[in-house]
Amino acid sequence: MPTRIFGEPIKRAEDPRLLTGRGRYTDDIDLPGQLHVAFLRSPLAHARIRSIDVSAAREMPGVVTVWTYADIGPCQRRMPLLIPHPDLTHPYTRYALAKDEVNHVGEPVAMVIAESRYLAEDAVEAIVVEWEELPPVVDIERAVQPGAPLVHEELGTNVAAHYVGIVGDPEGAFSRAAHVFRERLIIERSAGMPIETRAIVAVWNDVEGVLEVWDTTQAPIVIRNALAALFGLAPTQVRVIAPDVGGGFGCKIMVYPEEVLVPYAALTLRRPIKWTEDRLEHFVGTNHERLQIHDAEIAVDAEGRILGIRDRFLHDAGAYTPYGIIVPIITACQLPGPYKVPNYHVEFRAVYSNTVPVSPYRGAGRPHAAFVMERLLDRVADELGLDRAEVRRRNFIQPHEFPYDVGLIFQDGAPTRYDSGNYPGMLDLLLQQMDYDRLVREELPRLRAEGRFVGVGIACYVEGTGIGPYEGATVRVEPTGQVYVATGMPQQGQAHKTVLAQIVAEELQVPVGSVQVFEGDTAHFQFGSGTYASRSAVVCGSAVALAARKVREQGLQLAAEELEVAVEDLVVEDGRVYVRGAPERGFTWAQLAQLANPLRYAYAGDLVVRPRPWTGPTLPPGKQPSLEATEYYSPPHATWASGAVGMLVEVDIETGQLHIRKLWVVHDCGKMINPMVVEGQVHGGIAQGIGGAFYEKLHYDDNGQLLNASFMDFLMPTAMEIPRMEIAHQETPSPLNPLGVKGVGEAGAIPMPAVVAAAVEDALRPFGVRITRMPLDPDQLWRMTHPESS
Amino acid sequence: MTAVGTERRVIRVVVNGVPYEREVEARLLLSDFLRHELGLTGTHVGCEHGVCGACTVLFDGEPVRSCLFLAVQADGHAIETVEGLAPSESELHPLQLAFWEKHGLQCGYCTPGMLMVLKAFLAEHPNPTEEEIREAISGNLCRCTGYQNIVEAALSAAQLMRQS
Ligand code: FES
Ligand code: FES
Repeated sequence: MPTRIFGEPIKRAEDPRLLTGRGRYTDDIDLPGQLHVAFLRSPLAHARIRSIDVSAAREMPGVVTVWTYADIGPCQRRMPLLIPHPDLTHPYTRYALAKDEVNHVGEPVAMVIAESRYLAEDAVEAIVVEWEELPPVVDIERAVQPGAPLVHEELGTNVAAHYVGIVGDPEGAFSRAAHVFRERLIIERSAGMPIETRAIVAVWNDVEGVLEVWDTTQAPIVIRNALAALFGLAPTQVRVIAPDVGGGFGCKIMVYPEEVLVPYAALTLRRPIKWTEDRLEHFVGTNHERLQIHDAEIAVDAEGRILGIRDRFLHDAGAYTPYGIIVPIITACQLPGPYKVPNYHVEFRAVYSNTVPVSPYRGAGRPHAAFVMERLLDRVADELGLDRAEVRRRNFIQPHEFPYDVGLIFQDGAPTRYDSGNYPGMLDLLLQQMDYDRLVREELPRLRAEGRFVGVGIACYVEGTGIGPYEGATVRVEPTGQVYVATGMPQQGQAHKTVLAQIVAEELQVPVGSVQVFEGDTAHFQFGSGTYASRSAVVCGSAVALAARKVREQGLQLAAEELEVAVEDLVVEDGRVYVRGAPERGFTWAQLAQLANPLRYAYAGDLVVRPRPWTGPTLPPGKQPSLEATEYYSPPHATWASGAVGMLVEVDIETGQLHIRKLWVVHDCGKMINPMVVEGQVHGGIAQGIGGAFYEKLHYDDNGQLLNASFMDFLMPTAMEIPRMEIAHQETPSPLNPLGVKGVGEAGAIPMPAVVAAAVEDALRPFGVRITRMPLDPDQLWRMTHPESS
Repeated sequence: MTAVGTERRVIRVVVNGVPYEREVEARLLLSDFLRHELGLTGTHVGCEHGVCGACTVLFDGEPVRSCLFLAVQADGHAIETVEGLAPSESELHPLQLAFWEKHGLQCGYCTPGMLMVLKAFLAEHPNPTEEEIREAISGNLCRCTGYQNIVEAALSAAQLMRQS
């Protein structure tokens, strides 16, 4: 029997190194002769630069140079627009160092390069800038009013993009509806906030003529390509490595100013250069996400079946749109969730403000979408006197209705087409897990009778995962027996080295420990885009599987030739290829690799290559001297994962504190490669989702100053706030890819604002409050429960 | 103009049992000293303002945030970092084993701080409840794991340590 490796909770290959302090994160790299960078960043949200005087800073001890826009050569070009979109009619990107205007607090203005970070920071203090303040634009609702001050004067508007998506006949649906309910729903600004900030180390390797860059990026190949183009180098002359990266969550995929400036300094000064972001810089210099204001309405028939949805929303783009309008597009496409919405009108405006730019953060527009959809359904249930679970059940897409077309074009340009799922099954499993009926009929009334404010919420969601364009992988069996795997995708903690090894080990039936995965280094793999959108396991995993299957075929073919049997008579088991029923007639993978490569081998113990009679060239045309394949996988469109969560909360109305008493999760990411890793991903997503539902809000004042730019003030949940999670799995394989997998990276974060809102609202029914804004906080809960005091 | 704290001093510290003597700027943070002067980069820095706990080391056996200490304050003291946790090259500490077994880490950035805090905690609370563990690590932020498997790992490490 073949050994099952795919699907097993195998311990991570990454861990021994990370657990013993032998990780190598970017800031851990110190090169001889290294110089350090510190940036002067704008203290103002919106201002013109009248003059910058760096002369005093240049004279400071240890300072090598100080650069402003005038000094940065090829980096004077505008930063790239990474993802254009036809509806993004007014894109705007920044300069790496501000040219004559700054548009948010934290925008880089000048760059000091010095012998130490301490000295570089000293010199930043000595730079004198004369500013001409401009009116800051912070409130996006005001920003779209006629006559509002403009973030970018030359655009003539604050609206970067206006998108309209229509499915069916929304107007007709609303006119014949039994009921229409409207909500204004807001989800506030937040950010991914990995515990490791961004960092870059760059050095010009003069011996090889290669620019070497270590970068905390989620997309090293994208950075490599950008740097090559910018500096007029061949792509092979730039090597970008994403070493160990301490969390990404979306904000580390970009081409940030520092990512071109630090390598440029290394090229120009011919010294190793390091920049490590400090936490304050991270708050104002690394992208944010989340703020959207929705005016949504739902039309239902008398039984609570959805006839149509209309949603108009404003999306805060921040000061620039380097990442296009991916986030609001995802919101628009995923808003219908697992439900049939035959008629749908969605419309958004992406609005500039003098704040940090917005790009995807775990969930990427989906928590917003789920919040809107689930709030609307809760409203329908409450107004029609139906159970909240029942309303969902009545509206689910049914298992036989796949593939199911939502009717809109998704973020990747492909149709929003759900490939597979079992939403009713998923909800049933959740309700079972919750013992829902007993909970609602007995437990809640009992607790409420004790005077406790307890409530239950449920929320369901889908997630389009594993989008293109493509990823690739090389798999090679070494003549020494190890299996080499290289991919272009880096990780930020998702266990690629483990799960990709499992895929290969399963195909070749070799020990998982013999598979060595190289990732995130452009010297190992040249093509691909990066780690984002819950796509690694799907897109990269599939490429790895295809390459491993090719190698398996090569091994079978070769063994068949050598043994003079048919391929069909061979089996692959126990790290060997042998004749069925005659295990002694066969080869190990190492032997096959040796046979494929007719060289002289030194130190090869079980050498199988023997001198042969001459029959022509040793390596005939069309043969390669290795068991090796490089394959690419490009999905036709996203594969759709799904999930359902349930929550029991208690509100302490004296303090406004929220206590999550129970948290149940059902998720369906198709086939699981490693359930332990899957659960870890779900846990982490949920914790971030809880943060976004009750704790984390980036608070800008009217002047565009970020008021809580520290871990003291921006509260992230600790182990005390995150409850124990009970997870159940449903596996609905994807028909789209060779492994049947779907992504899971972002899943947990998506339903949390929705479910917290539902549960809190249920708990506070005696006060008749409606939760329409996320995140909540103790102050808001206290006000809701003490209406007389506010 | 000389910035505050740029005068240099000689300090003697013992880190993971190894004595060091170094001349440092008075303003040098202990975290920077460990990471960039001694090359012990297992101690991580997440905020440099004393909240995230990633930089936690043991200072004469007590967990402290090395980003809130100056290197000169360590003069004459013993520091223990994650690099000193495993009993030998080939063995892991029960906490490390348990974190591996229970998937208590993802990106690994918060992990050294978690391990050092838990080492000190378990020394005093060999038989902790889940609640006590959650409280013990509540000064350490993890953005990846949702803490559940860290808690599991700590419970399992405590058990391992009681058995040995
Ligand atoms: S780096 Fe010291 S507590 Fe965050
Ligand atoms: S494992 Fe990434 S921060 Fe904890």
